[in-house]
Amino acid sequence: MIRLNQVSKTFSGSTTPAVDRVSLDVPEGEICVLLGPSGCGKTTTMKMVNRLIEPSSGEILIDGKNTADYDVTQLRRSIGYVIQQIGLFPNKTVEENICIVPDILGWDRAKSRKRAAELLDMVALEPGAFLHRYPRELSGGQQQRIGVLRAIAADPPVLLMDEPFGAIDPINRVIIQDEFLKMQAQIRKTILFVSHDIDEAVKMADRIAIFKDGRLVQYDTPDNILAHPASNFVSDFVGGDRTLKRLQLLTVRDAMMADPPRVRAADTLKQAVATMEEHGHQSIVLVGPRGRARGYVTLQGARGAGGSVGENHETLPTTIRPHEDLRTAVSTMFRHDVSWLACVDEDGMYVGYVTLRGFTRLLSETYRDG
Amino acid sequence: MADGMLPMLAQMRRNGAYLAVFLLGAWAWAGGLLPGLLDKWDDIAFLGWQHVTLVAISGGAAIVVGVPLGVLLTRPRFRRAGDIALQFLNIGATIPTLAVLALSMSLLGIGDSSAIFALFVASLLPIVSNTMAGLRAVPPHLLEAARGMGLSPRHMLLQVELPNALFVIYTGIRTALAINVGTVPLAFLIGGGGLGELIFTGIALNEFGTMLAGAIPTALLAVLIDFILAQLQFWTIPRGVNPLR
Repeated sequence: MIRLNQVSKTFSGSTTPAVDRVSLDVPEGEICVLLGPSGCGKTTTMKMVNRLIEPSSGEILIDGKNTADYDVTQLRRSIGYVIQQIGLFPNKTVEENICIVPDILGWDRAKSRKRAAELLDMVALEPGAFLHRYPRELSGGQQQRIGVLRAIAADPPVLLMDEPFGAIDPINRVIIQDEFLKMQAQIRKTILFVSHDIDEAVKMADRIAIFKDGRLVQYDTPDNILAHPASNFVSDFVGGDRTLKRLQLLTVRDAMMADPPRVRAADTLKQAVATMEEHGHQSIVLVGPRGRARGYVTLQGARGAGGSVGENHETLPTTIRPHEDLRTAVSTMFRHDVSWLACVDEDGMYVGYVTLRGFTRLLSETYRDG
Repeated sequence: MADGMLPMLAQMRRNGAYLAVFLLGAWAWAGGLLPGLLDKWDDIAFLGWQHVTLVAISGGAAIVVGVPLGVLLTRPRFRRAGDIALQFLNIGATIPTLAVLALSMSLLGIGDSSAIFALFVASLLPIVSNTMAGLRAVPPHLLEAARGMGLSPRHMLLQVELPNALFVIYTGIRTALAINVGTVPLAFLIGGGGLGELIFTGIALNEFGTMLAGAIPTALLAVLIDFILAQLQFWTIPRGVNPLR
């Protein structure tokens, strides 16, 4: 969808190029995060796409069409643009801000106003309360939400975002990032996203492009960048805890042992021990009549004891949902001092379990293969 | 608490002002001043109209020329020229208006036209410099956002730059017209007419009443024009960028 082909930029008065022969291909509907230290050329690269900066050489194609062939304002109207300082126009209301591009594109007024209200709904801002407010009457987080809505108002296929959440406090940043990802799942824009924060990149990106001194040094999925950094620079930049960061990229479902053995309240402890020994497990989960996780028994506690599971089980310290990421899972394990967790779905049904050993094995797989 | 106090204070101040005006009027009436002024009503009306005409023509021309000139001098291609112009404007602002009048007279001779020209020049400077200052103070990231969204230079000017600079531009116009109204009496000295005729005649003949017949309407006119502009400023600038609202 967005293709950069040997793109370079040398600013006048400078001998070294700010961007040096960068080639990059962003598939439709994906988020590509341009990552690197300040002065690495990532912002320059992004601004060449909507020609706020004209490339010195090379070509940039959007949907197969060279951006140099477009009328520059037409090009920009077809590309959403979000900047760190947000840049909402203080003289315009939220509604007017959102409708700027639809208005200059000559959309029907009723249609664009309706769209503004729908967009506000999408980020859980009550249209009635917010449409006619001025930017100065909004919090920073609300302003940035509007900034994003303004960029997608005319439904451009491509979005450029220049450190869009950089100026927002950490708590709200996480909320807005999550919100944005949820929105992106619906709108499927092709996005170039500039960031200097590896954690943000890992969270947002389908692919990460790492820049150094104007060169693209690695372009790959977050997991591959974390697992197989191409150079010392990349591994230093992504940090010594890069393997831990990979935990965020994997969900409980990836590491879960599905459809595990289980016992019912009426089973005897003897049967439970037999099942555990058969599977080589140290503990087993007790489920209710419809399959809800109710508790567990350990091999140690059950061996040699009599009676039913229903009378002798212990309660589960906690459970986890399959869609949570492994970082949350590990953190939950550490908090409850356990090395395994029972996974339950929204209805509380027991669907599987995860263990710390399983995580280690999963994370190291990529190294064994490589 | 502060919210409750402010309107109350404003109310008290207004009432005080009404009282002061009333007392002043009573005193003026008793001292024979007001009856004296009423005797000169025809003169006041005639010269007052002349006065207003001078302000309207010279001030109007200064606005019509000054704002576009300020806009032009802030366009990227005139950036250098703008810097230089701003230097000249700053120097120009230090020249006393009486000197401007005298210079204008030496150029255009005695009469209305030289008075209007001098008033125009004196009003032009604050309008141009404030227009430029207002436009240059628009935060660069607003312009970047506007450019990045594909606004044409014309759209940017009309939808982003001017609205955000409007408050400062208005301030320049108010300053300019205050100077203008206050300078018109001096224009009498180069044959411009207006209420200055009464003021200077009063001084020359040592007629206190005649002088006041020129001075008081001049003062009222200045207050009135500023009041009208303040109202315009209050109501026409969008609430989001209007520090008064």
